[in-house]
Amino acid sequence: MQTAVLQLRSQIESRFDLPLEIRQRPDRLQLATGIPALDAITDGGIPRGTLTEVCGAESTGRTALLFVLLREATRRGEYCAWIDAEGVFDPASAAESGVVLDRVLWVNCGGNPQHALKSTDLLIQAGGFGLVVFDLAGIPNAVTRRIPLASWFRLRHAAERMGAALVAIEQEINARSCSALQLEMSPALPVWKGRLLYALKAYPESRKHYRSRTAEFLATR
Amino acid sequence: MYACLHAPGNLPLLLECARGFSPHIEENPPDSVIFDARGLEKLHGPAHSLAREIECRIGIPASIAIASNPDSALHAARGFRGITVIPAGQEAAALAALPLNLLHGSPQTAELLHLWGIHTFGDFGKLPPLGVAARLGEEGLHLQRLARGEGYRQLRPLLDPLEFEEEMELDDPVEELEPLSFVLARLLNEVCARLDAHSLATNEIRLHLTLENAPVHNTILRLPVPMHDPRAFLKMLQLELNSNPPPAPVLKVRLRAEPIKPRPTQKGFFVPPAPEPEKLEVTVARVKHLVGAGRVGTPELSNSHRPDAWTLKASLLAGGAGDSACLSEPRSDVRPDVRLSLRRYRPPRHVQVLIVNHQPIRLASPSIGGRIVMAKGPWRTSGEWWKSGDSGTEAAWNRDEWDVALESGALYRVFEELGSRRWFIEGSYD
Repeated sequence: MQTAVLQLRSQIESRFDLPLEIRQRPDRLQLATGIPALDAITDGGIPRGTLTEVCGAESTGRTALLFVLLREATRRGEYCAWIDAEGVFDPASAAESGVVLDRVLWVNCGGNPQHALKSTDLLIQAGGFGLVVFDLAGIPNAVTRRIPLASWFRLRHAAERMGAALVAIEQEINARSCSALQLEMSPALPVWKGRLLYALKAYPESRKHYRSRTAEFLATR
Repeated sequence: MYACLHAPGNLPLLLECARGFSPHIEENPPDSVIFDARGLEKLHGPAHSLAREIECRIGIPASIAIASNPDSALHAARGFRGITVIPAGQEAAALAALPLNLLHGSPQTAELLHLWGIHTFGDFGKLPPLGVAARLGEEGLHLQRLARGEGYRQLRPLLDPLEFEEEMELDDPVEELEPLSFVLARLLNEVCARLDAHSLATNEIRLHLTLENAPVHNTILRLPVPMHDPRAFLKMLQLELNSNPPPAPVLKVRLRAEPIKPRPTQKGFFVPPAPEPEKLEVTVARVKHLVGAGRVGTPELSNSHRPDAWTLKASLLAGGAGDSACLSEPRSDVRPDVRLSLRRYRPPRHVQVLIVNHQPIRLASPSIGGRIVMAKGPWRTSGEWWKSGDSGTEAAWNRDEWDVALESGALYRVFEELGSRRWFIEGSYD
């Protein structure tokens, strides 16, 4: 096998007159999620310098998960951006989750996913952000599916250059091979206690390559 | 060595001439200017040559005096006509013939000296200092030192007022923004170069456009951090003018920057990197141009129990968030677990609710609907009852909140406005 590879390599080199090098991708840094079970299934957390997709239906715990990520990043002193396509970001919930709001730049796109895409591109290219959240959770699948793969690739490439962790929240996977990590949120289990909803038991599932591992966490009031 | 120029009624001319020799100039209204001539001998030779050079350049009849201290030079220029050069150490002898009124002492002192029969610098300088101090006090001693040519003060140089303003009148009215950008770039470059020369930056730029047959169009650019990058300013001004273009052709452009000390750029070694302020401001301006001005910023919770009460700070880096001091230990009052989060609809979506036995059992709205499988509530909240108004953000609120689960698995917070008996979906739990 090794001989065949070397032979093939020498043939290509002789034909194109270019020295071939095997480029090694450096190990990516991780952004710990703050949820041990989730860190375990994602090999240490959300990878930096690439795109991660968190997808799932409504009320599956996507926002709670992202608020935890935001909390961990902002409490470490990193600046974060939340590009909110639908305009549903709730500062009170974020503060309740422990997010340092002073370090969050919120872009309310008022339901325009095109604006959200452009804003994400601009902000991630500006650099200096530790975490950039591209929130398309409330945008219908029919619309998000129309985002071309080239745009996702561009976002991923920008995240790679700037070293930011780019996380997209959607209803289903759209970036496909452009995302390094895909977390699919299975239907959550509500816990009713007292006068109102008490908690939500969420089940994120890591879809990284061929492996698929599930964790769980409880988001309480 | 100091040179003094004296010509009654020609102060601006004297100032202009002095600026040709030295940047350290002291103005002595109404008719004298002193400048620091130290080091000029390398250029113009000895003091006499320098004095002749000054005489040549000044172009009007003026008294010129050169002495080792500013006061001696001033008195010599005011007292003697033509060129006077006083060698160091011979000031007392050189000034001895001058009348005492050149010292500009108080009227009481001047009268006393007159009664004593003291009329010249030389007479006054010969008096014993202890006796002068006993009879005339501190002022007398000071005046006697001046009379002896023993000046001991430093020059009080003129400082240019820190005005960073440039303007340009256009030959023809400019209607489009693109040609105007070239003018703005030129003015910004000049202003920023002057700021740089004074080691200053700015956090506010004011642009005044004089228009044809229209009032002046003002644009103010406020920055959260001091900056001095003309390209960043230009981009921000372009975006601002794109959003609010002048309503008529531009005749004159005036640009003014408020000077401020630049921010220190040294950050802590272990502090996570922050967005570069100049770049971030330009990016935020672009995003604002895209999505709207009131939609980008850093959220800040308001001190109120009103649902969805927050304000938006204009910039991420405003208010010192970039200080390393902010990177303190995690707040102790924040629980490390995951909290239930709401995705809040703005405005709340109106919904029809079917109620049986005081329990909501079905939701129906254009976007959300279905059978309710679980409903918990009501949780009554109210506040600001003293405020009037039927609706709007500043009106009083009084409502019953319910948490409901639909068949689809979606969880919503709905509420009934008790005043109008209407139901709304506030948001979805996620």
